[in-house]
Amino acid sequence: MIVRVSGEGQYRLPDEDRERLNELDNRAVSAVEHGDETGFRELWSQMLELVASDGNALDEDELIESDVILPPRDVTFQEAQGEFTGEGLIPDG
Amino acid sequence: MPGLGGRFSTVIKAKISRMLDRAEDPSETLDYGYQKQVELLQNVKKGVADVVTSKKRLQMQSTKLEQQVVKLDTQARQALSQGREDLARAALERKTVAQTELQSLDQQVTELEAQQEQLTENEKKLRTKIEAFRTKKEVIKAQYSAAEAQVKISEAAHGVGEQMADVGLAIQRAEDKTEQMKARAGAVEELEAAGTFEDITQLGPAQDDIDRELASLGAGAQVDDELAKMKAELGSGEGDAPALGQGEKEGSA
Repeated sequence: MIVRVSGEGQYRLPDEDRERLNELDNRAVSAVEHGDETGFRELWSQMLELVASDGNALDEDELIESDVILPPRDVTFQEAQGEFTGEGLIPDG
Repeated sequence: MPGLGGRFSTVIKAKISRMLDRAEDPSETLDYGYQKQVELLQNVKKGVADVVTSKKRLQMQSTKLEQQVVKLDTQARQALSQGREDLARAALERKTVAQTELQSLDQQVTELEAQQEQLTENEKKLRTKIEAFRTKKEVIKAQYSAAEAQVKISEAAHGVGEQMADVGLAIQRAEDKTEQMKARAGAVEELEAAGTFEDITQLGPAQDDIDRELASLGAGAQVDDELAKMKAELGSGEGDAPALGQGEKEGSA
């Protein structure tokens, strides 16, 4: 599977990681929904760690769409809470 | 993934679709796509340049504040050496405000610098991808039937589109950040304009609006500490600070 960390680049991860990443992701969202910033931070860094340990960076001239796009590494709790819904973070221009 | 990554993917993909939908004539997708990418790359470059400009402006603001801090500290010492504790306190209160703003400004400039570095890096990646697209479109033109080419090129266009959308997002975030910083810097400028950092010797001991505002900022404890420290320094034989308004005299003997 191809995973992009927004603002950084794309990584190729073994398909077996899909479930693990998905689980962490769901728990991260749950933490956000419960206003648990510490929990969110912890899960978020686990997600990034998984990408870093199992992923291989794609060559820059590879033109492949990602299966999953993760938020920027320095995503704030507030951004995670609100702005990823709708079009908040993405300019329309 | 329905979660964070899922939501984020959805948002970026919607943006890519909008971008690609602008290729009106499908038969021209290849060349138009490339031309559009080159055009958008110019916007990206401009976006990065704007972030750099904003950062420089905020750095200048920060330098100005640093000078204010030094000036107010000097004024506090001068006031104290003349036994004007009320004026010294007022100067120190202003110094505390300026210092707090300075810290926040410096931290944000550092964050912005990191974002800018990453933006430049990503702009480079985008350029590489656009160049790869150009090569690929010639290969596709030469090797595939129209129908096959459409599929191949759509994949490649999505690959470039994703990078484009991602850099666009990073620029947007950096711009949001500079907007917030500009607002803060503007607030400091307003304080300055209102005379907060004006020459302390111009101010009487009476409580004006600014004094009340400063007092309400809760700078009290820190000001008390600094005042005590300054008094101790002045009391321990270093009491030859220049008098108010006299300026520097050393070296003229």
